[in-house]
This record gives sequence, C-alpha cells and structure tokens, in this order.
Amino acid sequence: MPRIRVEVDGTAYEDDVEPRLLLVHYLRDRLGKVGTPVGCDTTNCGACTVLMDGLSVKSCSVLAVQADGRDITTVEGLGGDHPMQRAFHEDHALQCGYCTPGMILASIDLLRDNADPSDGEIREGLEGNLCRCTGYQNIVRAVRRAADEMRRPADQRPAGQEVAP
Amino acid sequence: MIPAAFEYVRPASVEEAVAALAEAGEDAKAIAGGQSLMPLLRLRLAYPDALVDLERIGELREIRDDGDALLIGATATHHQVMRDPLVREHAPLIAAATATVADPAVRHRGTFGGSLAHADPAGDLPAAALALDAVVLARSVRGERRIPAAEFFVDWMTSTLEPDEVMTAVRIPKLGAGWGVHYEKFHRTAQAWAIVGVACAVRRERGAIEDARVALTNMGPVPVRASAVERFIEGRTVSENSFRSAGERAAEGTEPPTDLHGSSEYRTHLATVLTTRALTAAATV
Amino acid sequence: MTAAPEAGAPEVGAPRRRSEDARLVTGRTRWTDNMQPAGTLHVAFLRSPQAHARIVRADAERARERPGVVAAFTGADLADEQGSLPCAWLVTDDIKHPDHPPMAVDEVRYAGEPVACVVARDRYAAFDALEEIDVDYEPLAPVVDMDAAVEDGSPLVHEGLGTNKSYTWVFENGDLDAALRDAPVVLERRYVQQRLIPTAMEPRSVLCVPEGDEFTLYSATQIPHILRLMLATVTGIPEHRLRVVAPDVGGGFGSKLQVYGEEVIALLLARRLGRPVKWTESRSEGNMAVHHGRDQIQRLTLAADEDGRIRGLKVDLLADMGAYLMLVTPGIPILGAFMFNGIYKMDAYSFTCTGVFTTKTPTDAYRGAGRPEATYAIERLMDELAAELDLDPIEVRRRNWIAKEEFPYETVAGLTYDSGNYEAATERALALFEYDKLRAEQADRNERRDPVRLGIGVSTFTEMCGIAPSRVLGSLSYGAGGWEHASVRILPSGKVEVVTGSSAHGQGHETAWAQIAADRLGVPFEDVRVLHGDTAIAPKGMDTYGSRSLAVGGVALYAACDKVVDKARSIAAHLLEAAEQDLEFTGGRFGVRGVAGEGATLQEVALAAFAAHDLPDGLEPSLDSDATFDPDNFSFPHGTHLCAAEVDTETGMVRLRSYVAVDDVGKVVNPLIVEGQVHGGLAQGIAQALYEEAVYDAEGNLTTTTMADYLLPSAADLPEFTTDRTETPATSNPLGVKGVGEAGTIASTPAVVNAIVDALRPFGVSDVPMPCTPERVWRALRGERGERGGEGAEPGAGGGLGSAGGAR
Repeated sequence: MPRIRVEVDGTAYEDDVEPRLLLVHYLRDRLGKVGTPVGCDTTNCGACTVLMDGLSVKSCSVLAVQADGRDITTVEGLGGDHPMQRAFHEDHALQCGYCTPGMILASIDLLRDNADPSDGEIREGLEGNLCRCTGYQNIVRAVRRAADEMRRPADQRPAGQEVAP
Repeated sequence: MIPAAFEYVRPASVEEAVAALAEAGEDAKAIAGGQSLMPLLRLRLAYPDALVDLERIGELREIRDDGDALLIGATATHHQVMRDPLVREHAPLIAAATATVADPAVRHRGTFGGSLAHADPAGDLPAAALALDAVVLARSVRGERRIPAAEFFVDWMTSTLEPDEVMTAVRIPKLGAGWGVHYEKFHRTAQAWAIVGVACAVRRERGAIEDARVALTNMGPVPVRASAVERFIEGRTVSENSFRSAGERAAEGTEPPTDLHGSSEYRTHLATVLTTRALTAAATV
Repeated sequence: MTAAPEAGAPEVGAPRRRSEDARLVTGRTRWTDNMQPAGTLHVAFLRSPQAHARIVRADAERARERPGVVAAFTGADLADEQGSLPCAWLVTDDIKHPDHPPMAVDEVRYAGEPVACVVARDRYAAFDALEEIDVDYEPLAPVVDMDAAVEDGSPLVHEGLGTNKSYTWVFENGDLDAALRDAPVVLERRYVQQRLIPTAMEPRSVLCVPEGDEFTLYSATQIPHILRLMLATVTGIPEHRLRVVAPDVGGGFGSKLQVYGEEVIALLLARRLGRPVKWTESRSEGNMAVHHGRDQIQRLTLAADEDGRIRGLKVDLLADMGAYLMLVTPGIPILGAFMFNGIYKMDAYSFTCTGVFTTKTPTDAYRGAGRPEATYAIERLMDELAAELDLDPIEVRRRNWIAKEEFPYETVAGLTYDSGNYEAATERALALFEYDKLRAEQADRNERRDPVRLGIGVSTFTEMCGIAPSRVLGSLSYGAGGWEHASVRILPSGKVEVVTGSSAHGQGHETAWAQIAADRLGVPFEDVRVLHGDTAIAPKGMDTYGSRSLAVGGVALYAACDKVVDKARSIAAHLLEAAEQDLEFTGGRFGVRGVAGEGATLQEVALAAFAAHDLPDGLEPSLDSDATFDPDNFSFPHGTHLCAAEVDTETGMVRLRSYVAVDDVGKVVNPLIVEGQVHGGLAQGIAQALYEEAVYDAEGNLTTTTMADYLLPSAADLPEFTTDRTETPATSNPLGVKGVGEAGTIASTPAVVNAIVDALRPFGVSDVPMPCTPERVWRALRGERGERGGEGAEPGAGGGLGSAGGAR
C-alpha cells in the first residue's frame, strides 16, 4: 500500500492507503474529518469540494494517493469566522446545509480568481455545485457580500476577522 | 460508489511512465487529473488492473512555443490552458473551448491530453483539436508516434493510442493574424454535456472568408470535420446569407447519435443553426 | 451580526438569522453517515438489474468468504423476519395492496429493487463482495406504459392480483353532464406529469445501534416518529424498545417521508449480528431506489361559457404507483383531488383517479404531492381558455376566481377556503412584473418576427396545506391523525427548552420555534433551545411534510406556551399576593394591574416553582406544559406567479427572463426563512418544467441513474427571482399562519410552461410536454405532438458520462 503524507487543515498526516481510496473517504473515514460530505458519484454535485494547494477540487474524484504531498483545506479548516461563512449565515444562503461546505469552498475559490464578480460570474463560477434548497439566489447574495468584505482593506474589517486561507 | 481495486504507479519521468505501462500490460491505464476516469471507476464502468499516474511528471505539464506551433503538454490542466498567454495568443479556439469544459473544480484537475485520450464524442476539446489540425505526440518503449487529430479518434470513446503509449503533448499549429475563433456549445444545463458543439476558426481578408476550420462535437461517434461547410464558405463574402448557407451543410456526412438529450434528427438541425452562429461569431470577433 | 429585533420588539415577524447555521457552515454536522460507533459494520445492497423477473436462484455463499465480510443475506435468508413494508393510506376498501418485502424473495418488480446484502468491516469490502453474489433471473415482461398497463391482456406486475389497477377513487359534485351540455366552450386536454426523482442533496443513510434488546436507529428521515411505529409494526420489536433519531438531515422534499426497506434491514441486521450496522446509499443507487414523484396522465375536460366563466371540470387520472404501494403512495394523487378547481368557482366537478402498477420504482410524496399536478392542470387550462376566447389570461382568471368578499368559501371540491385575497396578490405581481411593458415587447417581437420570442406565463394558485385535520384524514382512509405535539420546559434558571414533534431537515425550525416561544413567554430568543428529531427526546410527533410544521406544530407550541403562562400566573399571584385576574403578563413579567413596580418575571416564577418552598396548596411544582394541536381545517396559501420566458425558435432553447412570485402565506414568523422556502420551491418547480425527468427505456431500465443524466439546475441555469408577499391571515389557527414549504413548487411549473406556450402561440402551438427540452420545443414548432416529442426510442448512443452513454 502506498504511503502518503498530506496536510489537512494545518495538521500533517502520514498513512498507508489502498490506491483506490477516494480522498473524500480518506478524509471522512480515516481522519474523521466528516465536515466534507459526499453527494454523488459523477463529479456533478460538488458537495465534497475542498481546496487542494489552494484550488477547489471535488474530493470524491481525487484518489487519496494523488493528494500525497498536497495541502488540503476543508470547511473545518476555515475556522468559523471566515467572511464567506459569515456571509452564508447573514444572507440565509443555506437551508439543509448539505451542499454548504462545498459551496463555501467553491465560493472562496471563485473570489480568489475574481475578487469582484458580477452576479452572472458568480452563477457561472458555481455551476459545479448543486443546491436543492435555496434556488441559489441567497448564495449569490452571500458571495457578493463576502466579496465586498474581502476586498475591503483589513483595517476596515471588524476586529478579529481575518481572511483565510 | 467505489472503484474496484487496482495497482498504482507514480513514475517521475516519461521514460519511467512508458516502462511502467509496458510492464503493466493491456489492462493498465494512464491517469492524470482523472476527471473523466474517476467517475467511470466509481461506477465500475472501467476496471483497470493498474493506474499509471502521469500527474507528477513536470515535463508533461509544460506549454511551450515550438516555432509554427504550440506544444501543449498532455497533463496541462484546463485551468492552466485557458489562462496560458501562449494558448490565448496562438490557439484561442483551444482557450475558448476549454473554458466551457465542466466547472472550475473539474478544470483544476482535468487535463488537455486526458480529454483527448478519453475520446468522448461529447467532449469539447476533441472537436477543437480536430478543427486546428492538432497532432498528438505519443511515446512508448517502441518509440514516438505523431498522430494527426483526424486519425486519432477512431470510435466512441476510443483513440488510436495503444495501451502502452503515453500521450506526451499535443502540437497545435499556430493561427496567424486575421483569424477569428468561436466555440458554440449547446447544452440543456450548465453541467450537461454538449448536445452539439461547433468549433470554428475563420480567417477574414477584405470582407471575405479566406480560410475556415470547422469541427463538430457529438455529431457522431468521433468528432467530425464539417468539410462541406469549410469548402462552401471559403472565398465567400462575410454575410448573413453566406453563413446561413454554409450552416446548412454542417451535418453532411455525419451520423449523429440519439440519446436522452436529443435525437439524431434534432442534432442534425442543431448543427446547421449552431454552425451558422459559430461562423458569424468567429467572423465578427 | 445576527439581525435581532430591537429589545422588546416582537420576535415573530423578524428576519432572525438562523441558529442552525453555525454548525452547518463549519462542517460540525451530524449527518447520519458521519456517525461511526466503535465496531460499526457496513452494509451494501445488491439490486436487481432487471425491471421484472423471477428469482430462480440467489446464492450469497461466495460473498461470505470474501475478506472482511461478516455476513451476507439474500431476500430468502431474511424472508421469515423481514415482513412487508407498510402502506398507511389504503384509499379504497377494495384497493389491491400487494406484499412488499424489504428484499425481494421470489420476484423483482423494478430495476434497483434490493435482492441481497453484504455486511462487512468497511464500505469498500462490502461493495466488493456484492460481485460475488450469484442471482439467476428468469425474465418476465416489463410493464412500463400506464395506458397499456390498464388494457386487457397487459402483462401483470403482480400476477396474483389479476390486474394492474390498484384502485379507482371517485369524487363528484354538481351535475357535470348539465355543465357540459351545450357549453359554448369545451376544452379537452391530455397532460403528462413526468416522473421525477426528488434528489435531496444528502443521500439516504441509516445506522442501527443495538444495546441488548433495545435499538437506536439513526436515519436520514423526515419522520422519526412514524418510522418508529412502523418499524415496530413490521419487525415485531416492541415500540418502546426502539428509539429513532433523525440527526441533521440534508433535505427530503418528501423522499424521506418513507419507511424504506433498507431501514428495516438495518434493524434486522443489528439484531442478528449484535453490532452497529450502517448503510449509506450512493447517488446512482438512490436514483433507482428512493421513491419517485409525480407521474400522472391527466385527461381533462373543461366547459365554459362564452364570457369565460367555468361551468364544470372533469378530471380523469392515471397515476403511476410503481411496483408497490409504499407509505402514502395511493394517497398522493388523492391530495390533488381537492385542488383541480384551484381558486375558481364552478358548478360541477368530477374526479376519477386510477392507481396503476408498473415495473418501476414506487412513487410517493415529492414536494407538493398531488397538488402541483392539480395546479398544473387547472392553470394550463385557464391559459388555454383565455387563448380560446382571445381573452387576457389574467382577465379570464379574474372572471372566475373567488372574490375577496366571498370568503369563507365552500369550493366545488368540498373544501372551505377560510381566507384569501387573490386580487391583491395579482395586482402586486402585475406591478412588479411590469406586465403591460412585457406584453408590448412581446407584440413587438412577434411583429418583427424575431427568432427569439417572448412569452408570459400566469399562475394564480392556491394549495391546501397544514396537513391536516385528523377527522378529514380519517374520512380519506388515512392510517393516522394529523395533529402535532409540542412541550415547553422552563428550567430552574429560567431558560426554556422547547420540544417539538415536527422534524426539521433544513426548514429552520430551531430558529422559528424559538421566535414563537420567545414572544409568547417574553424571554430572550437566545434563552430558548429547540429539541427535535429524536423519539427519546421528543417522544410524540407526526413529523414534517405537507407544509404542516408551522401551521400545526408551530400552533401546538403556541398553545403549550400559553399553558405555561397560565400555570405561572397561579404561582405569580401567590407570590405577589394578588388575584390572578389582576395580573397582566407582558414582556415576560407578571405585573399587578394598577400597581406600579409590583411584579414577578417568568424566571422568578420558574425558580419559585423549582424550589417549591412556597406554592399554593395543591399546585403542581412545575410550569412545564405540553399541547397537541389538531386543526379544524387545512390552510390555504395562495399567490400569483408571473414568468417571462424567451424562446429561441431556431434551437428550441428556453431562457427565463424574469420571474415574479407574490405569495400569501398568511402571517409570517420569519420572513427570511419564508423567502428562502419560496426561492427553493421555485427552483424545483421550474426544474420540473424545464429539466427533470426520470426516463425508463422499453425494458424498464431507468436511464437517468446519475446526475449526469438526471439534470438538476445549477446557479447558472436559474434567473434571479423577484418575490413579495401579501398577508391575509389564516383564520384556522391563532398564529394566522398557512405554510410555505411547497408553494413555490406548486405555483411555478405551470407559470413556466404557460410562458413557453404563450411565446409559441403565434406558431399555432398549444402545448409542449414537460420537461420542455429544446428538442420538444423545436418539435412543437414543427407541428409535432406527443409525449416524447417524436424522439428516438433508444437512448444511449450519445457521448458524455452517465448511465446512458457511459454504460455502453
């Protein structure tokens, strides 16, 4: 079994894994990081989205061995006070919350690429993440809100609110 | 669902990769980003004995200038390709088609060469590569092959790539000055595959189309070159009428499939409309 | 950061940010699959690859020999203990109700039906071992077409029943023959409600933990209480030895209002093996095995006068049950029986529904459940009537709807609509939509022969929700009541625990219920904790479906709070040495009328009750109260939805340009949550109109088993919605609330299709079957008709991932 070394949410792990083990099952079943859920088999739903070396990926479609040497950020690694998390709460951008971890990480990735997206760009940028509850409208609002806040210079943000990662 | 078990090899160089594939035999498969392969593995529609992972081979990732052509490394990701200044300058049709592939997360992992090797007739990149007369470079222990796109795609999800061959790069002849390009993708939802797509590049000179390259996505088991359209439009003045008449020839010689999202008859119709639109957009860029 | 009302301002009506969110945005959730008690074994199911076949042989022996496999069972292995899955709504006395074993024993009747299972140390080992189970099938004829299934000589789904008809249910009121006789306008239409797959984002999951002869079953369910009772009934395990927990549940939309075979099997396996067992479905097995929704063929006859006034309506339905009757399968179309008349007055109405067995996945509740189907029919007919008479579709509705001064109004379907103001909602919607401006643009595009046409779709809908008055349910042969329960505990510190029988799975009850309790008890929102979804904590309840939680469960909470205040009043009077009738309770404090400064807060009273040192003689030392509310009537949300669609006549592609929804859901507890419910409902209703369809081939194979074939809209596919509300309180409950969970879904489907047809009327088009795919629109423009729009019969040759293409 190949041995992998992965950093997940700031902690380094070293494990022997079966080659076919999916990254999302490694996170959930081996590391107990169950904040990242699974919603489909076909890379459509995006519920399992995490950041790998800073870029969004669908962790159900990456082998754990392929994450060897990489840095993974899951929703659990955002703390609880990331502007995107706060915006999702503030704008009621979630209902059942199952898509939310993936949606938040995909949204963070979207803003990394485009700090000031239009509504249309937000919608296009989130095309790989499905939500069955919200009709997306409040998700678009939340991403816009987070974008506004994250573009503000740090000294104008409420105290203690860092923009990570 | 869960993939069946397989061996896994991660070579550090093309030489190692070629040797690994030769050793692993018929039922080994190369993987890079895995965005086409992983779902097939999970649904157990593919059962390779071994995966040879090309992702960490640095030279396969490079995009470089090769004189009159670009060399796009086989494992350059879609994310990388669509932003690459060389691609945008010399192969803008590739950049445009790549931007329509799947979604951002998939584009972060999925690779240019992988999309071609997967040879899905609904994939967006095969038609773009075909339109531009791309040449696939493949290496095995037996040596290197150069396979023109027109010969690369042989059947539904089947390419001429041998089980022991590694695609190393794709050579895309540069488009010179005066070319306009467009990829017209028609699908029911943003996530859905193209029902029909049209990859189109045209060169305008003095109000006429001097040169045209048009290829179609999902109009047969392999991407098809719309030769009748190209022949018709070359030399014609730029006008709505000429584009419409050209579009009417789009489905000539195609065998479009019938599936959940569209019948053969409908695809035939769509090809004409979308080709007209693609020509118009490419000529007015 | 939480938008809280000003101190002292009422909580009810305030856009409180949800208490639930903190754990959901951080990943600290309790999805069933997240739980992994020590020793947990994993289950995988082998499912039938055939739609209809006899099981000649099933052998799991080789699977048992695989490494890591603890046990493997075929249906026959469990035949003696697995029982039959329940149906709680046998709508007629002579309904055909076949046995439904959780795992098939002798015969499979839909592709995806479980036939065997493996229990192993991890999910990979379990899944691998499925390939070692041998099952020999002898194929039987599939039954896939409802019209053909009810013909004499059709192959039968259940040979022993002698027919594919499960039941025929009839309702008639008024003289329909008279209404039809010499009617100047008679419209006859046939509409098809395609089959849908509910697709909650969280796939189903169940974990059963044995402790001696007691079992805790965690399940991604909407109905922990009903599930507990049904599991006890099916397995014979006494109800009080079972605890069912619905932890965080990732959406349901009706699909988790079910007693699934996998839940029963998980319980049986935990009992046999004495270890926790867990099963979590994959999406591609879920698409085959989670119950489906809709699937009706509607034959409709509407008679009207020349001025557009409706005389009567005749409805003849075939409703696809699928292969078996599940929890409320037969009742779903019957819920629609009372809604085909919509908001309109008419003299006569006739409804006949035949439930039909096919060799497909069973159907059951999906968001709206019967009411979207009915609303679609009447709202499409109203547009057809307008076109027939060359009237504006708004005007034809106006001539028929119940005027605001006519409430309460007894409808031709026998319901009493307690309140409504269709005029106000419509006026507001027209203004927001800029109706006249869009009509002008439409005329202009038609004039210019623009290849992209504009259509305007109208839907003025109502629905019955707050399900439901127990007596009404009884009269419809439903197997249970429709009440809901709540209890309120005042802790010694004055903090409040609310226990509700409603079982939220995304709706925000923890927030809304706390708002209600905070107001009624005069305590801070933060001091209220809402407990639900665990039969050990909330022992009594009827769960969440049918837009019932607020209008039934919320009202139960309201009543329980009032009982707390009543009890507290006695103690407060004693403490303040005042007469009870001299006390007034405001802002959480009892004051003595006319005596400034004298008073006791609820917290002080609670502490006094806890200490019980000085209570009036005979008084129980507790403020805790509970209440069970059973409504007298349904509630009737209504609204006016307007949709503008651009239709590309060259490709058939539809793009929604604008969508206005003005809903009247009565009084609102939390407008933020209400708006979110409307948005999500709209998305699902629009998706029925444009994208979603469960497709079976001629052999009865489901060809849409993945999200690559069963198309769900992403953010990029939906427009920005404009929503607003009018507020006509319900009179059937003291909160004045109606329910909002299903409104958007019910209203939007006909609005979208009406818009598409409206765009195409200049081309002579009067219908496009759902979902209105580009090809179907294109075929309609070419004058073709028919459900499948003339599409090829054999899908599967195209490219792209999925069961259709990828499975080759």
